[in-house]
Amino acid sequence: MDYAATGQEALSRIAEASDLETLEALRVAFLGKQGSVSGLLKTLGKLDPEERKVEGPKIHALRESVSDALTARKDALETAALTARLAAETIDLSLPAPEAPRGTVHPISQVMDEIAEIFADLGFSVATGPEIEDDWHNFTALNMPESHPARAMHDTFYFPDRDAQNREMLLRTHTSPVQMRTMLKDGAPLRIIAPGRVYRSDSDATHTPMFHQVEGLVIDKDVHLGHLKWTLETFLKAFFEREDIVLRLRPSYFPFTEPSVEADIGFTLIDGKRVIGGDPSKGEGGWMEVLGSGMVNRRVIEFAGLDPDEWQGFAFGIGIDRLAMLKYGMDDLRAFFDGDVRWLSHYGFSALDVPTLSGGVGTPA
Amino acid sequence: MKFSLSWLKQYLETDASLEDIALKLNAIGLEVEGIEDPAAKLAGFRVAKVLTADKHPQADKLQVLTVDTGEGVLQVVCGAPNARAGLVGVLGLPGATVPANGMVLKVAAVRGVESNGMMCSTRELELGEDHDGIIELPADAPVGTPFADYHGADPVIEVAVTPNRPDCMGVYGIARDLAAAGLGTLKPIEALDIVGSFPCPVDVRTDDAEGCPAFYGRVIKGVKNGPSPQWLQERLKAAGQRPISALVDATNYIMLAYGRPAHAYDLAKLNGAVVARRAKDGETVVALNEKTYTLDAEMTVIADDSGVHDIAGIMGGEHSGCGDETTDVLLEIAYFDPERIAKTGRKLNLTSDARSRFERGIDPNFLDTGLDHLTQLIQTLCGGEASQAVRSGAAPATPKIVHFDPALTEKLGGVRIEEAEQQRILESLGFSVVAEQANFDKAWAVTVPGWRPDVDGVPDIVEEVVRINGLDKVTSVALPRADGVARPTATPTQALERRVRRAAAARGLHEAVTWSFLPSAEADAFADGNALWSLANPISEDMKVMRPSLLPGLLMAAKRNLDRGAASLRLFELGRRYLRGEGGASDERLALGFVLAGEKVPRGWATGKAAVFDAYDAKAEVTALLAEAGAPVEKLQVMGEAGLQFHPGQSATLRLGPKNVLARFGMLHPAVAKQFDIEGPVAIAEIYLDAIPGKKGAATFARTRYAPPALQAVTRDYAFLVPAELPAGDLVRMVAGADKANIVSARLFDDFRGTGVPEGQKSLALEVTLQPLEKSYKEEDLKAISDKVTAAAAKLGAVLRG
Repeated sequence: MDYAATGQEALSRIAEASDLETLEALRVAFLGKQGSVSGLLKTLGKLDPEERKVEGPKIHALRESVSDALTARKDALETAALTARLAAETIDLSLPAPEAPRGTVHPISQVMDEIAEIFADLGFSVATGPEIEDDWHNFTALNMPESHPARAMHDTFYFPDRDAQNREMLLRTHTSPVQMRTMLKDGAPLRIIAPGRVYRSDSDATHTPMFHQVEGLVIDKDVHLGHLKWTLETFLKAFFEREDIVLRLRPSYFPFTEPSVEADIGFTLIDGKRVIGGDPSKGEGGWMEVLGSGMVNRRVIEFAGLDPDEWQGFAFGIGIDRLAMLKYGMDDLRAFFDGDVRWLSHYGFSALDVPTLSGGVGTPA
Repeated sequence: MKFSLSWLKQYLETDASLEDIALKLNAIGLEVEGIEDPAAKLAGFRVAKVLTADKHPQADKLQVLTVDTGEGVLQVVCGAPNARAGLVGVLGLPGATVPANGMVLKVAAVRGVESNGMMCSTRELELGEDHDGIIELPADAPVGTPFADYHGADPVIEVAVTPNRPDCMGVYGIARDLAAAGLGTLKPIEALDIVGSFPCPVDVRTDDAEGCPAFYGRVIKGVKNGPSPQWLQERLKAAGQRPISALVDATNYIMLAYGRPAHAYDLAKLNGAVVARRAKDGETVVALNEKTYTLDAEMTVIADDSGVHDIAGIMGGEHSGCGDETTDVLLEIAYFDPERIAKTGRKLNLTSDARSRFERGIDPNFLDTGLDHLTQLIQTLCGGEASQAVRSGAAPATPKIVHFDPALTEKLGGVRIEEAEQQRILESLGFSVVAEQANFDKAWAVTVPGWRPDVDGVPDIVEEVVRINGLDKVTSVALPRADGVARPTATPTQALERRVRRAAAARGLHEAVTWSFLPSAEADAFADGNALWSLANPISEDMKVMRPSLLPGLLMAAKRNLDRGAASLRLFELGRRYLRGEGGASDERLALGFVLAGEKVPRGWATGKAAVFDAYDAKAEVTALLAEAGAPVEKLQVMGEAGLQFHPGQSATLRLGPKNVLARFGMLHPAVAKQFDIEGPVAIAEIYLDAIPGKKGAATFARTRYAPPALQAVTRDYAFLVPAELPAGDLVRMVAGADKANIVSARLFDDFRGTGVPEGQKSLALEVTLQPLEKSYKEEDLKAISDKVTAAAAKLGAVLRG
């Protein structure tokens, strides 16, 4: 019997099948229980062994070729269907994706974290105290008795209230009262910084009635002016991440330190802008006053209940807002306290900009 | 303190340049605030001689000059009537800036004739008021010399004098400091010993030994007052003082030269004895500033039989001041108690040059010398005959002695200075140094000069030595380091603050820093019954009351942002609230507040219209931040009473137990929004960081053991009909607790009201996760759990939906 014609016809019909349903119908027609190829297989049982030896392989070969053709055609049709479906599912990825809002950390908080990080490495812990203070902690204990002219220099905000000890209540004019509170509480030796809000009744282009300071205090047995100078230099170098920081110390006066020293930091003029670093005495530039400091006055140490013949040390106070401005380039102090989201987006820091010594305490622009 | 270089050089013999003097002043603590160098202003102007002067061809009032500049001849057009051949004057060359008007000179045609500069008037060079013609110099003035050199321009230096240095509120004191620092030689103050030719005709005395321990005086008869001479006027002007008349100028000169205030009365206007006494309550005086001051018995005054003539040590009286008609003067040199001067000045709110010196403390040993120098100066300027001096009382002039070991300079100052040099420095500043063999091996008895009231202890002496030796000679010495790596220093509160701040920023909020003080109305709106701190002397009414909450400041910032057109606003602040504490102290509590205003999501191609914030957005932030802060969020109860500032139906508190409020959140009450002038819905919240319980016990790093269950969890859904007013959270909590051994979580996923749900009820659907522990659940296990769930829910009136 000639199966070739049957096979030819089956293969061409399979090749012509244009969808999976047609193909399934063909499978049933050829290989189903009643299928034509299945029918041929059934005839084998009625043949004698000799004939079966001849016809058997032919019929099986026919069945195999039809079965293979069906599978191949099915794969081809499925691939085409998937391709067509995927083509239909195309979307425009130039459309904007949902946006998560981006928040920021205020420059003052960021700089406070930077300062804490640097001073932690120098062994300073962070102390705090109340902003609504009494005049004993803010003035008297810092060697400013009532009639002291320096009290007037401070442009103090007062409350009409007095505390239980009949002390006048006021807004602290500096972070220095934290010195006294910490010494009274923890004694000596001591290394602390105390950052926070301070207040003076002063308001113009470069002064706001509220600003931020960080106080530093070291009390020990043999701490002297040279240690103060090193500490300030080391801090400023680490803060500005520049080795060419030049510090100029000038004698000054604060009632709570003796000797008292003001520190200027050298800047150079680059394209008309002040850039911290470099020695102004060797070229273009100048000095900028950045902080006040000195050796803690003996009377202050006595007020703190310590023996000034045994303990001595130094203290300094730095304006945080000003440091932030010098480092990150803001030029308007008042904008710090306005809460303008445009300004905060521009000058604020990412939550991930955590100052670390290994990663650098500063955040590059 | 301002002074001219020539005045300084009257007391200091020095060859130092102006620049070196300025550097040294800074180095020894007299901070230079400015240097005005007239020579710089006069750059480009030189002495020149007019050779010819011809009429301008085009203008009647102009002349065309040829001028010898010393280096050549230039053609200059000039309008001055006195311009003429042979005149020696001042020529401004092209490029020079005219001091009076800032005009830069250049070559230009004036009515068609080229002019190569300008012949200047006195006024144009700011050397006087004369503008009638150009400057005429003597005929022998050297042509070609820079005019600044010829004129002898005198630079003016301004220094900031710290309040501890009354001695440097006189030029002589500054000279002394500079000399000690090696910048020249200090000339001694001459002792004049003026005797006087007749007894003082006025009775001068002090009846207030406390306020005025010493009152010295003298009369000069037959003076002729009038404008003081040019040199004196120049010095006073350089120092920022307006010249008035020779007599007044003389007292000011002595004050500025030696830091020694003095006063001159017109004798003709005095009546009877001149006495330092306490004022009577309510007594008044018209001071030299023409204002009337009402005095009290705490204040010291100088008075005669007719009344008060002087607020002692602060300001003289209008009535007895010297004028042109004055012929006889009474001079006053007194010592006033610094504290009383300070108090009186503060009470009267009156500042003056005299007050600023007296309250810092003037030299009690300089009364006689001061009086003599004032007498001599007045006699030189105005003539007259001096009486003998009268002296009532004595200044407290017991010298202070500090016992000083020169080794302390290194111990405190960190710099090693030879003992001989230390001694030299102290002596050149006027201290006397005597070795105290009797006491210690190396101690010195250092006597403090009368003009240094600030020095009274060892550190002061160290400061003097170190300051004059130069702070630049102090070398940096590293602080000793603890072994190994630096230890953590942040306290738990600081660590919490940092973590929560960065969590808020990471969640998309901007950190603001707002004022601690608020306007009264805005503070009151958030007082919640707390007594507020209100300033006695606020800088303005907008900055008067300390904030009891972070929200009003944030709302004001939100308003500013919305007014500027911000579409969406997520602002937070982390800071203190100021409440009343025990014993009259403050109670400052750390909080985090935030404001969500405007659009939560802008309109979008996928999301449609813009969405605004609602109370759930506030809840989401609060819950997330509390979780970051380490609060036991799963234990918190949602309760009411967020406060009057909140929408009563869309706000809540989160509490740990019924009393401890960790946070409040919700929608801003429309009435409060109106008060803050904000439109649109605003979600707000405040987290009380101080209320979050701290971790107990010592911190450990190892986590609890990781033990994932061996069997897979299964979930079951339940829908309950409950009364509409039942808080869904109550049902969730009840279901979650129904079978603690098996139920690991219950999550609400549907809240449905409407078709199929009876009126007054709602359908709440929960997904409950069950975790089998040892063996898988069988049907009967699941049924038992389900029965417990429905039984628990039934306690709240919930019925399982069929």
